[in-house]
Amino acid sequence: MEAVRFDNVKFSYEEDGQDYAVNGVSLSVEEGEFVAVLGRNGSGKSTLAKLINALLVPTEGKVTVFGMDTLDAKMTFEIRKNAGMVFQNPDNQTVASVVEDDVAFGPENIGVPREEIGKRIEFALDAVGMQEFRHATPSRLSGGQKQRVAIAGVLAILPKIMILDESTAMLDPRGRREVMEVIKRLNRERGMTVILITHFMDEALQADRAIVMHRGEAVMDGPPEEIFARSEELETYNLTLPRAAAVCKALQAAGMPVNNAFTAEELAEAICASLQRG
Amino acid sequence: MRIVAKGLTYTYDPKSPFASHALNGVDLTIEEGEFYGIIGHTGSGKSTFVQHLNALIRLTGGSLRVGDYDLADKKCKFIELRSKVGMVFQYPEYQLFAETVEKDVAFGLKNFRKDMGEEERAAAVREALETVGLSYAEMEGRSPFELSGGQKRRVAIAGVIVTKPEVLILDEPAAGLDPLGKQELMELLHRIHGGWCKTVVIVSHDMDEIAENCTRAAVFSEGRVAMEGTPAEIFARSEELFALGLDVPVTARCALLLKERGIGIETDYTCRDFADKVLALWRAKEGGHAQ
Ligand SMILES: Nc1ncnc2c1ncn2[C@@H]1O[C@H](COP(=O)(O)OP(=O)(O)OP(=O)(O)O)[C@@H](O)[C@H]1O
Ligand SMILES: Nc1ncnc2c1ncn2[C@@H]1O[C@H](COP(=O)(O)OP(=O)(O)OP(=O)(O)O)[C@@H](O)[C@H]1O
Ligand SMILES: [Mg+2]
Ligand SMILES: [Mg+2]
Repeated sequence: MEAVRFDNVKFSYEEDGQDYAVNGVSLSVEEGEFVAVLGRNGSGKSTLAKLINALLVPTEGKVTVFGMDTLDAKMTFEIRKNAGMVFQNPDNQTVASVVEDDVAFGPENIGVPREEIGKRIEFALDAVGMQEFRHATPSRLSGGQKQRVAIAGVLAILPKIMILDESTAMLDPRGRREVMEVIKRLNRERGMTVILITHFMDEALQADRAIVMHRGEAVMDGPPEEIFARSEELETYNLTLPRAAAVCKALQAAGMPVNNAFTAEELAEAICASLQRG
Repeated sequence: MRIVAKGLTYTYDPKSPFASHALNGVDLTIEEGEFYGIIGHTGSGKSTFVQHLNALIRLTGGSLRVGDYDLADKKCKFIELRSKVGMVFQYPEYQLFAETVEKDVAFGLKNFRKDMGEEERAAAVREALETVGLSYAEMEGRSPFELSGGQKRRVAIAGVIVTKPEVLILDEPAAGLDPLGKQELMELLHRIHGGWCKTVVIVSHDMDEIAENCTRAAVFSEGRVAMEGTPAEIFARSEELFALGLDVPVTARCALLLKERGIGIETDYTCRDFADKVLALWRAKEGGHAQ
């Protein structure tokens, strides 16, 4: 089933604007896909995300979420119930003065039964490692702790589509790994559709598909490995290779015969094979 | 200016049942001239510590000296200190407040460089914006709140470097920047470091960034300094770092995997050095074959 569809979508923040933050995007995301969205600052990634859950509606063209048109105001609630979004800045997300109430807000809002809500809070706080802070005040947390609470708030909704807008940017390495694991598990086991906006190229490797935005347009779309094989083109979009891939390329440029590698594991494998060959 | 913290403690809401002991005795010296990295798990006290350095958080326990400024002294000239120690906050939204990008970036100058004329100031603002990769013409009149996340970050950085502080502190400055933007920010910091900026302190969760850029680093845990040293020294202690919820750079992970297979590589964990060491091994092998 088609989870998200954009038909020649344009969006401008100005009333009579000629400046399109999203400028003629057509794409389709199937239910269960894990899509990374990459691109330089200001290329339209957050705008694209807000168009999916009807926080913004197209100036031109049409966006549908499970067939529901975001321009149809009657559908807004249903769309947001299906498409949960973690914002770039967690302060835009927190609503309650106690962490567990904040996490409960989403599921309550969409009518999850009382007894189920308790379980959802447990699950979500566990997933982000914030159990011990359940009675704390979100505004009085460290930057990364706030971000974890914001992620828990959306996880608790168990939306069919989860949109993460640079939501791991301020997590410590373990936190980042744990959140990625939960997301991947929900994607695998529940078929949750994931749209992950990120500036971490290593994170993008974990997706099935990567879309590169540039000046409001989707300029590249394909498996991450294919996208990263086009490194010169990537640079024009302010993107780089994952670190391990960059090292691998440097080795190849110096004449060492190593296979292409994107991760530390693949790089170690490739170096080892090359050093022990013949 | 040399930074010396001894037994620094700090508790948020000390009298409430929700008291949170953020710093539990930080002992740390940062010499003038360092490009210093601070890493540590979420909530380990990094932001609380760095906010002490320009007295955004007032000292309540222990001692702290920044150059000749004694922050325990009630008569310490805090305003003067702030003009010399610039700080980029973890979330740029906490820093931005003016109606336009131009006014936002000019604010620090108006405060700290009262001697500066209108024209000179305008030129400095323009230069700062261009330095962080923003076009002055496109940005100056816009509201800083109606920008993308990475654009906000760039404006916040411009607003601090424009005053040319001697010590520059950046709390996770690369978060939100696109990959090339991150590289450019680091290049910019190296460029100004050694010029008007004597000391750079960055807080980061990106181990590769620390390995590539820092002269020394401290690892925070539970409000204390758990490790201190050069990145090469710190990242060689991978087991301890994993136990603290941290990680090692990609090069270090790769070196660990190679070691398991009997290939030893001694490196400082920068990508360049790592590649050079691997190439040296390969050339030695090729040379061996040739004979
Ligand atoms: N609230 C707003 N009002 C006016 N213009 C905006 C607003 N938010 C974003 N823009 C502009 O729209 C364009 C796209 O912004 P968007 O936030 O979608 O970028 P992004 O790809 O998410 O960038 P980043 O990586 O920096 O988060 C940018 O030029 C930005 O300045
Ligand atoms: N304004 C505040 N009020 C009360 N407690 C706070 C406040 N800010 C931080 N804390 C608490 O103090 C401790 C240290 O927080 P700090 O912000 O210094 O951590 P950090 O190392 O910067 O973390 P992060 O990597 O998540 O940004 C945390 O346990 C946090 O919950
Ligand atoms: Mg964005
Ligand atoms: Mg912090």
